[in-house]
Amino acid sequence: MKLTLKIWKQANNKTAGKFETYPVEADEHMSFLEMLDVLNESLLTEKKEPVVFEHDCREGICGSCSMVINGQPHGPNKGTTACQLHMRSFKDGQTITIEPWRAKAFPIVKDLVVDRSAFDRIIQAGGYISVNTGQAQDGNAIPIEKGLASEAMDAATCIGCGACVAACPNASAMLFTSAKVSHLGLMPQGEVEHTKRVQSMVTQMDTEGFGNCSNVGVCEAECPKGISIENIARMNRQYIGSVFGSATKVEKA
Amino acid sequence: MPFKANSPEGALDDKWTKYRSTMNLVAPNNKRRIDIIVVGTGLAGAAAAATLGELGYNVKAFTFHDSPRRAHSIAAQGGINAAKNYQNDGDSVFRLFYDTIKGGDYRSRESNVHRLAEVSRNIIDQCVAQGVPFAREYGGLLANRSFGGVQVSRTFYAKGQTGQQLLLGAYQALSRQISLGNVEMYNRHEMLDVVIEDGKARGIIARNLLTGKLERFGAHCVVLGTGGYGNVFYLSTNAMGSNVSAAWRATKRGALMANPCYTQIHPTCIPVSGDYQSKLTLMSESLRNDGRVWVPAHKEDVMAIREGRMSAKDIPEDRRDYYLERRYPAFGNLVPRDVASRAAKVACDEGFGVNKTGLAVFLDFASAIQRYGKTEAHSNGLHNPDAKKIEELGKKVIEAKYGNLFEMYEKITGENPYEVPMKIFPAVHYTMGGLWVDYNLETNIPGLFALGECNFSDHGANRLGASALMQGLADGYFVIPYTIGQFLSKEIRTPKIDNSSPAFMEAEKDVDDRLKKLLSINGSQSVESFHRRLGLIMWEYCGMSRNAEGLQKGRKLIQELREEFWKDVFVPGNEDEFNPELEKATRVADFLELGELMMVDALDRNESCGGHFREEYQSEEGEALRRDDEYAYVAAWEWVNGGDPILHREDLEFENVELKTRSYK
Repeated sequence: MKLTLKIWKQANNKTAGKFETYPVEADEHMSFLEMLDVLNESLLTEKKEPVVFEHDCREGICGSCSMVINGQPHGPNKGTTACQLHMRSFKDGQTITIEPWRAKAFPIVKDLVVDRSAFDRIIQAGGYISVNTGQAQDGNAIPIEKGLASEAMDAATCIGCGACVAACPNASAMLFTSAKVSHLGLMPQGEVEHTKRVQSMVTQMDTEGFGNCSNVGVCEAECPKGISIENIARMNRQYIGSVFGSATKVEKA
Repeated sequence: MPFKANSPEGALDDKWTKYRSTMNLVAPNNKRRIDIIVVGTGLAGAAAAATLGELGYNVKAFTFHDSPRRAHSIAAQGGINAAKNYQNDGDSVFRLFYDTIKGGDYRSRESNVHRLAEVSRNIIDQCVAQGVPFAREYGGLLANRSFGGVQVSRTFYAKGQTGQQLLLGAYQALSRQISLGNVEMYNRHEMLDVVIEDGKARGIIARNLLTGKLERFGAHCVVLGTGGYGNVFYLSTNAMGSNVSAAWRATKRGALMANPCYTQIHPTCIPVSGDYQSKLTLMSESLRNDGRVWVPAHKEDVMAIREGRMSAKDIPEDRRDYYLERRYPAFGNLVPRDVASRAAKVACDEGFGVNKTGLAVFLDFASAIQRYGKTEAHSNGLHNPDAKKIEELGKKVIEAKYGNLFEMYEKITGENPYEVPMKIFPAVHYTMGGLWVDYNLETNIPGLFALGECNFSDHGANRLGASALMQGLADGYFVIPYTIGQFLSKEIRTPKIDNSSPAFMEAEKDVDDRLKKLLSINGSQSVESFHRRLGLIMWEYCGMSRNAEGLQKGRKLIQELREEFWKDVFVPGNEDEFNPELEKATRVADFLELGELMMVDALDRNESCGGHFREEYQSEEGEALRRDDEYAYVAAWEWVNGGDPILHREDLEFENVELKTRSYK
C-alpha cells in the first residue's frame, strides 16, 4: 500500500516545528511503528535525518509510544497503543498525519518525543504505599475481596503513556492521577494514607500545569487500557472529603 | 585471575540465615556518607535502589528511558513463583530449589538457588504490602496457577500483566525514596563505561541522552541491573532498547561474562510475518495451562492448511498429533521451555509447520473452553446445557483468565483465537548467561555488582517460567541490601570519590573517542541493517540447535560483519544532541562483540544442556545429552581485545541433589 505521511518535525523545544511530507510504501501486516522503521531506513539510505519517535516494548505495555495519528492519540483503534496498531487499519492511498502529544506540561524534546517527567513527579508526590522492604506481614494475612482486587487492578493497568492528557481539550492529567489514587486507595494496604495521598498528588498535578477536568470524557475513550473516568469521580469525592476531613473510607464503584 | 564463589559453609538450608546474621554491617552514620550507583530501573535495579535508599545510603539511579517505569520487566506476563504452599499441594522451599536446579539442567550454583527459593516467600509479602493487586480467590486469598516444569501451583499473578504490576510496585517504592531525597534519579542517562580505580569499581561515565553531554559519576560501588542480551538476535521478545552495553562495558574492563551461550528460546511466541518485522511478541507460558499444542498428523492435512483449503477445525481428533502430550505424558503441555521449543522445531523441521513459512504450530483452547463451559454450566445449575451455551460459558472463563493475551494476539495477527487455534513458534526471550557473580552478587571486580537477568546466577542452562520476576526482586529487595555490606563495611574510611581523577578522565575520553569514531565513519549502511544481519547469523548458527562447524563459521561471519560495521556504518547527526541512532550504534557495536563470545562459549561446551543444544550430543530419542563429568562448570570468560577469549572455570559442586538425566516423560 502507498501512503503519504505528514509528520511533525521539530529539532528541539526552542525552535519552531512544522509538518514534513513523506511518501512511504507499506505492507498491511506491518505494525504502525514498523511502517515508520521502513520510512527511517529509506531516509538513512539517503543520508537524511530519520524521524525521531519514542518506542520500546512494542507490545503495548511500556507506555513509551506517544503519537497522535490523524487527530487521535495512538490512532483510530480502540484500546490500542500506536505500537499495536497495524497497517490493515489504513487504506491504500491514504494520507496519515502524525503529531506528538500536545500539552504545556509535556514539552517537546524532538519531533514526536515529549518530556513526560511530570507524571513521575505526580507519583513521587504520593503515588505509593509507605512501606519499607522487610516490613511486610504474610501475604494472606489480609483477605481482599476478589471484586475489590480486580477493580484496583483495572485502575492499576495504566501504562503512563499520557494519551489522556493529549486527548483532553484541557490537557488534564486527572485520569492518570485518579487511576493511581484509586488503585492504592481501594487496597486495604493503601487506604491508611489515602487522605494525604490524594491531596499531595492533586497539588502536584496542578503545579505541573495540567488543566482541570470538565467532564468531556475523551480521556477514557482514547485510553489504550480502557481506564474508566469513574476513577476521576472517585478521586474528586476523596479530594473534597479530604479537604473537609470526612473521607475515611474509599468508596467502591 | 582469582575468583571465588564465596558460598558460605554449612548445611544448605542454614547457609543464608547464618551468613546474614554474621556478615559485616555498615552503621547508619556511615551509610549516610556512602554513595552507591545503581544502573537500570527494572525489577532488580528499582528494587535495589529503593531498598538501599531506605537503608540510608546515598543512591544515584540511572535509566536510559524517559522514566524508570518503562524498563522491560514491565512486559512480563505470566507470574512470579514463590514457595508459599498456599495450595497445600506439597510445595516447599526445597521443592522450589530442586525444581529450579533440575529445570536449569544442573548448571547453577546450589547455594544461590536455595537462597532464591527461601526469599521467594518474602517477595510476595512485600509486594502485597506495596499494594500489588494480585489475583485473588472468592475468599479473598491469593490465587495461584501452574507454570512449566513443575507439578505444583506456586505462581502468583496479576492477570497477564504481572511484570507490570510488580515493576510499578518497585517504581513506586523508588519514587518514594526519590521524594525523600535518598535516591537521586537520572532519567535518559545511558551508562557507557564503568570506571575502575585501584582495582575497584568507583563510578560510571554516562551520556545525558537529551543534551548528548558525557557526565562522570563517582561512588563507593556500582550496581548493575541492566537486564539481558536477547536482542543480540535482533528478533526477540525483548524491548527494542534492551541491550548488553552496561554489562559488556564491564566485561571490557575485566569483568567475567559467564555462560553467554545459554539463551532461552520461548516456545509460545507469535510467528514472524515478514522481513520488516522489528520484534516478536510472547504469548505467556500460562496459556499452556489450558492450551494444547498440536500439528496435523498427516502431511496432506498440513498442505491443505497451508494452502487455505482447510482450517484447523476441519481436522478430526484422530488426525492430530498432540506431540507434547505424546512424548512427555507426565508433564504434557507443561514441559519446560527448552523442551517445548525443541519439540516445536522438530515438528516443523519434519515438515508439519502450519503456516505459509512452515514455521508455526497450533496452540488450541477448544478443549479447555469445553471443559470450563461444562463446569460453569454445572455451577450455575444448568444440567442440560446445549453446545452453544457450553461454548459461551467456556469462552467467558478463558477470557477472564487470558483476555488481554487473546486481545493482543488478535491485534497482531488479525485472527480470533477464541474461534481458531493460535499459531505459535519459538523465539528468543531471555538470557541465562550474564556477568559472573559470587554469592554476594559481586563480580570479579570488587565493588561491581550485578543483579537480575544481568548476572548469570540462578537459572543454570534453562530458566523456568515465572522465575525471572522472582530472581529480579529477590536480588534487589532481599539479597543485595545485605551482601553489599560485605564490601562497603571495608570502605567506611574511603572519602567521597573524586570524579576528576585520571581514571575518570581516561574513561570519559575513551567513550568520547568511540562516539566520535562512530559518527565519523559516514558509511553507507544503517545501524539497523547491521543489527538485522547479526541477528540472522546468531539465529542460524547459535540458535535453537548448534554444531561445531556452524559455530566456527558463525564466529568468522561475525568478525567480518564487525569489521564491515566499523568501516561502513552510517550514523547521522551529532554527538551533542538527542540522537537515538547514535545510541543504537553504540549498542549494536557491543552486540557485535558479545555475539562472537556466545559462539566461542557454545563451541567450548561439548554437551547439550537446557537452552544449549549441540546436535552432536543427543540421545537416540533426540533428547539433550549432558556430560556432567566434563562440563559441570560455569564458563566465565575473560574478553581479550583482538585475541581469543580466555576461559575461567567455576566447577559446580552438587551436595544436595543428585545429578540425573532430566526427564519430563
